[in-house]
Amino acid sequence: MDRLLFGDNQFFGINHMSEGKARAQAMRFQKTDAIMDVLDIAYDEGIRTFMCTTHDRIAEVADRVRANPARYRDFTFYPCMPYAHKYANAVTEHGMVGALKHFMPEDGLFATALAGGKALATREVDGMARVLIDMEMKMFAGTRTPVIFVQNVFTDLLLGMGFTRAFRIFHDHIVEKYGAEPAYITMNMPMLLDALEKEGIERPIICANINKIGFRMSGGFDAYLDALKSGRVRAIAMSVYASGAIPPDEAIHWISELPGVESIVFGASSAGNIRGTKALVDRYMQEAA
Amino acid sequence: MGSKVRIAVVGLGKMGLSHFAMVNAHPDAETIACDGSGFLVDVLSRNIATPIHKDYDTLLEKERLDAVVIATPSRLHAPMVRAALDRDIHVFCEKPFCLDWADSAALTELAAEKGRVAQVGYHYRYVGAFREMKRILDSGALGRVTHVLAEAYGPVVLRPKRATWRTSKEEGGGCLYDYAAHPLNLLNWFFGTPDQVTGSVLGQVFSEGTDDEVFSTLRWNDGPTAQLSVNWSDESHRKMSTKIAMIGTNGRLYADRQECQLYLREPHDALPGYGPGWTVKYTTELTEDAWFYLRGEEYSAQLAEFIAAVRDGKAQAAENGFASAAETDRTLAMIIENAETGLPVGEARARAPEPAKRRGWFGR
Repeated sequence: MDRLLFGDNQFFGINHMSEGKARAQAMRFQKTDAIMDVLDIAYDEGIRTFMCTTHDRIAEVADRVRANPARYRDFTFYPCMPYAHKYANAVTEHGMVGALKHFMPEDGLFATALAGGKALATREVDGMARVLIDMEMKMFAGTRTPVIFVQNVFTDLLLGMGFTRAFRIFHDHIVEKYGAEPAYITMNMPMLLDALEKEGIERPIICANINKIGFRMSGGFDAYLDALKSGRVRAIAMSVYASGAIPPDEAIHWISELPGVESIVFGASSAGNIRGTKALVDRYMQEAA
Repeated sequence: MGSKVRIAVVGLGKMGLSHFAMVNAHPDAETIACDGSGFLVDVLSRNIATPIHKDYDTLLEKERLDAVVIATPSRLHAPMVRAALDRDIHVFCEKPFCLDWADSAALTELAAEKGRVAQVGYHYRYVGAFREMKRILDSGALGRVTHVLAEAYGPVVLRPKRATWRTSKEEGGGCLYDYAAHPLNLLNWFFGTPDQVTGSVLGQVFSEGTDDEVFSTLRWNDGPTAQLSVNWSDESHRKMSTKIAMIGTNGRLYADRQECQLYLREPHDALPGYGPGWTVKYTTELTEDAWFYLRGEEYSAQLAEFIAAVRDGKAQAAENGFASAAETDRTLAMIIENAETGLPVGEARARAPEPAKRRGWFGR
């Protein structure tokens, strides 16, 4: 994994500080051209990995990247799935079973099984999970996707319910079908790490909030540091600036001295902020590579 | 561990699943689930360690429970809450509390009689920015508040679609119960039950069985007048957005889930740290981390406070007790009556305007 990964929250009107700012960003990035302009700046700065939700708009970004292999030779996607709103809306509209049916191939085995209304065998449920993963991955066909994530709301819902076998299904399918590394985004890293280990998943890649002031590090700051020091996890730090509460230099310097953090993911919309973060990561985190 | 709180989460729908995940992850809780419906219960029961009951009566009969979390369709709230209280079980109930506010009042009384922790899931009272709004208001720094605007918008019903309980008024669905209940509950927190409701409209945009937009004017005889504007057929919002703005004699106050903005004409002794002009505080700085984060600290925090109250043997909820949710049910009923009859509900008493300071003929 690269030291620095580029995130996508800023493109989709997600801002943890202000609804007004989120709306301004949604307006600015209405057209895919505006997203590409920012991605191009990052790419030209040497930030080659784009960690992104499987949002419909990302399909357009993947089209652009595929269409210009010379320009984007090293462009890498780290898909994060599922795009939860798509499913939440489908469940509201069609009900749980209706939504599932909606996403299964029409004449396939699973659609028939669901229509039957009988209890499904475990292997049928596992099979459906694999179909859903494949659907999310469709938009990335022909691009590089060496690491593939489960989104945090989904990870944490499964974790909270204790449905940890789902992590194993995801893990095996990503390895077997995509030859990629399975990874997990969470707001509860220490708890997730224990759960993954119980499923036999060793040294997982986990993306979580890691910042000097402990902002949204659920399970406790100390538990995060213990997990990182133990060598049991390959961490990607997000929210390193804690939504702007920590000055950039101080934030990156602190992260660079933590064991177990392999990468930082950040989002920015201006060339200045992109270059600023890149310069800090180059200064503090280079030797670790 | 004997000291753990034994909690059953009843109803594994949209809210129930998320409550279940948070309660199940709580270190002081031992969790049981209960839901009647097929597919999901089937998959879960074969994949998680938590026992899942399919029948509420059997659950109450067979399990020794300290508390229940009721997240079933709204029309089931009243009978289910009563059955739990009858067995001396503490209750956390999803909002809206009861569709008939007479039920809300009776259950409030029953819970008090039994000395049980009885709480309703109005999570906005746990959002840092709205808590700060309440603190500022209670400090008196805003002066006399006269003018309030309460809004909520979001993308729930965007086209004519299949009916579920959420789109049926009789079952407690619709924009009024689902969305408007939230800003109304905040207004109740700030000012109490309104004395008069006028100008209410429950409008349909796409739904056939229920309302998609709500307008109303609420008046407090010893407080402000508030306008309510709510619409759940607004695709421009990514998810539900609730916001409240108010104007007082000493400034303007605004809050949404992310931030609390205050404009003060003059600083006030009861509100240190706020100078004249604008001060903005963000929920991120006003919020403590949750033990387990799923979809916002406020959801975790309300359950944490409920579980702690039960664990510590408290006889009532720290926030969002049944009495306060009953106020909101009463307010919802006033809006429905006003929209149906077109007649004002409740009595307004004219309030004398603030007397001007005495001045001489040329004193201005």
